[in-house]
Amino acid sequence: MDNTSDWLYTEKVKEHFMHPRNLLLEESSYQADGRGVIGNIKCGDEMLVMIKVDKEKNIITDCKWKTYGCASAIASTSVLSELAIGKTLDEAYKLSSHDIAKALGGLPEHKIHCSVLGDKALRAAIDDYYTRKGMLDKVREEKEHIICQCLGITDAEIENAVLEGARNYYQLQERTKIGTVCGKCKEKSMKLLDEYKAKYFPIPNK
Amino acid sequence: MPRAKVKQVYFDHNATTPLHPEVKKALVAAMEVFGNPSSLHQFGREARKLVEDTRGKVAAFINASAEEIIFMGSGSEANNTVINLSSCQGYRKCEIPALKPNKREIITTKIEHPCVLESVACMEERGTKVKYIGVDSYGKINLNQLKEALSEDIGIVSVMAANNEIGTIQDISEVAKIVHAAGALFHTDAVQAVGKIPIDVEEIDADYLSFSAHKIYGPKGIGVLYVKKGAPFCPFIRGGHQEKGRRAGTENTLGIIGLGKAIEMRKNEMTDEAKRLAFFKKKLKAGIQKNISDIQFNGHPTESLSSTLNVSFGGAEGEAILLYLDLEGIAVSTGSACASGSLDPSHVLMATGIPQEQAHGSIRMSMGRETTEEEIDYVVERLTKVIKRVRQISTVAPGEKHG
Repeated sequence: MDNTSDWLYTEKVKEHFMHPRNLLLEESSYQADGRGVIGNIKCGDEMLVMIKVDKEKNIITDCKWKTYGCASAIASTSVLSELAIGKTLDEAYKLSSHDIAKALGGLPEHKIHCSVLGDKALRAAIDDYYTRKGMLDKVREEKEHIICQCLGITDAEIENAVLEGARNYYQLQERTKIGTVCGKCKEKSMKLLDEYKAKYFPIPNK
Repeated sequence: MPRAKVKQVYFDHNATTPLHPEVKKALVAAMEVFGNPSSLHQFGREARKLVEDTRGKVAAFINASAEEIIFMGSGSEANNTVINLSSCQGYRKCEIPALKPNKREIITTKIEHPCVLESVACMEERGTKVKYIGVDSYGKINLNQLKEALSEDIGIVSVMAANNEIGTIQDISEVAKIVHAAGALFHTDAVQAVGKIPIDVEEIDADYLSFSAHKIYGPKGIGVLYVKKGAPFCPFIRGGHQEKGRRAGTENTLGIIGLGKAIEMRKNEMTDEAKRLAFFKKKLKAGIQKNISDIQFNGHPTESLSSTLNVSFGGAEGEAILLYLDLEGIAVSTGSACASGSLDPSHVLMATGIPQEQAHGSIRMSMGRETTEEEIDYVVERLTKVIKRVRQISTVAPGEKHG
C-alpha cells in the first residue's frame, strides 16, 4: 500500500498542502500594505492574508498568508496567494471562490467553504489597503455587513443569492454555504432572505 | 513514479482492527463451509454446528448462556434493534408489544455512538420522549442527573460501556443498579469494551449488550446482541426463523466463525495486552507532554481504555494534523469538524464542555495488539514535527488566548 495513493483531495491540493507557497513566517517583520483576517477558529477555519501593492500601477506585488484550518483551507490560501500576485487590485478583487477551487483542480462539496473564505480574506486585505490610503470610496466592506461570522458571508451576498433565485434557507445555503459551520446566523439570515424576497419579488396585491 | 516506502503505524484501532492471523486462518478454512445452517442435510448441519459452537464461545466469554446471544450484521444493528423496542406496537408473534405503552420513554447519554443517538432521535420524531444525560469534563456520566431523569415512564436506558473517542469507561454496574431500581431496562453499547476490558453480563446485570467482531480483530459485518433471558424483544429484521425468529436472514456463517476465533484469541491475549498498552499509553502521554507545548488530554485520566489517547493541540487543526501524519505513515483520527464531512466538531468532546477550538484540534490515537514500543517513539517524534509544521502555518500561536 502506497500511503499517498488515492489521496483525499486532488493532487494539486496535496501539492499545496505539502509545500505551501508564500507562507508568512514572521508577521512582525513583514511590511504589508494591506492585511485581512477572515473566519474564526471556533468554526474551524481562520485565514490571514497580507499584501504588498505597487502604488503606481495598483498591482499586488506580494501576498503572504497564514491559515488555521484543514488541508483544503491551507491549500486554498496557498493557491490564492499565487493567483493574487501580479494582478491589479481590481482584478484581484474579482477573484472568486470558484477561481480558487478551479485552480486546485476542484474541491469536494463539503470543502467549498474553504475556498469561499480564501477570496474573502484577500478582499479584506485589499479593503484594508484602500482604507489605509484613504480611498474609502473603493472599500466594499464598509457598505456590507458580515452576517455569517464563520464564513464571512455578507448581506450583499444574501441579496445576490435571492436575485439569483434562492427562495428558501436551503437554497440560500446551496448558493452561499451560509450557516453551514456553526449555524448561529440562521435566524438573522432567514430574516434578510424574507426582506430581499419582499423587496425584489413582492407578492402582488389582489 | 516509485516512492520510498514510508513506515506504517496504525493508531486507529477504535475505528477497526486488522484480522488476527488466527482469525484469518479460521476464515480461510471456513470458506469451504457453504451450507445453509437452516438446511437439514449434512452441508447444513456442518454449518449449524460451527455457528452454534461460536454462540457457545461468545456466551461463555461474557458469562451469558447460548440462547441469550443473537448474531447480527453489526454493532450498529444491535444498537438499533434495542432502541427500536420502544416503537414496537406488537406484530403477530411478537411478545406484544415489547414495552407497555406507558413505559416507552428512553434515557441515553450525550456521548453515545451515532447509531444510538440517531435511532433515539428517530424514536423522538415518532413521539417518544427522550432524555439525554450529560457528562463531566472527563466524559463520565452524571449519575445524579440519571437518578432524577428516571421515572416510571422510562422503558429503556442506554449507556455505553466505553467511549470510542475519548476512551472513558462508565461504571455500568452502578448505572444498571440505578436503572433497575427505577424499574427500567438497561442496555449498554459495549462495542469498545468487549475484548478490551472484562465484561460479565451477570455482574453488570445488563438486559441488553451490543458488540462487534471487527473491533477485536475479527471480520467486519458481524455483530452480537446479548438479550437477557426473559427481557422483552422485538425483531428489527423480520421474515425468517433464524436466531429463533429474533433476527431474520441466513446466518453469516463466515463472519460468525471469524468472530468465534477472535473471541477465543481475546480470551488468551486481552489481559496481557491491556497491561502492555497501559504502559505504552503512559509513555506516549509523557512523550507528547515533554516535546509539545499547549496540549490538553481529553477523557478520564485513569478510568479509560488503555488503548486510547485523545489529545488536543492549541493552534493546530485536526484534519491538517491527521493528513500530515498520514504522509508520515501514521494513521489516527480526529474530532475536528473538517474531517467528518459534517461541519460540527465531535459531539463527544463538545459534551465534555471543552471549547470548540480544542475539539477542532483533537487527535485520537488508539493502539492495538500489534503496537510496539518503537512505534510509540516514532509517533512522538513525527507528531512533534507535524505539530510544529501545522503551527507554523496557523494564524494562532500556541498558548495564545483567543475568543
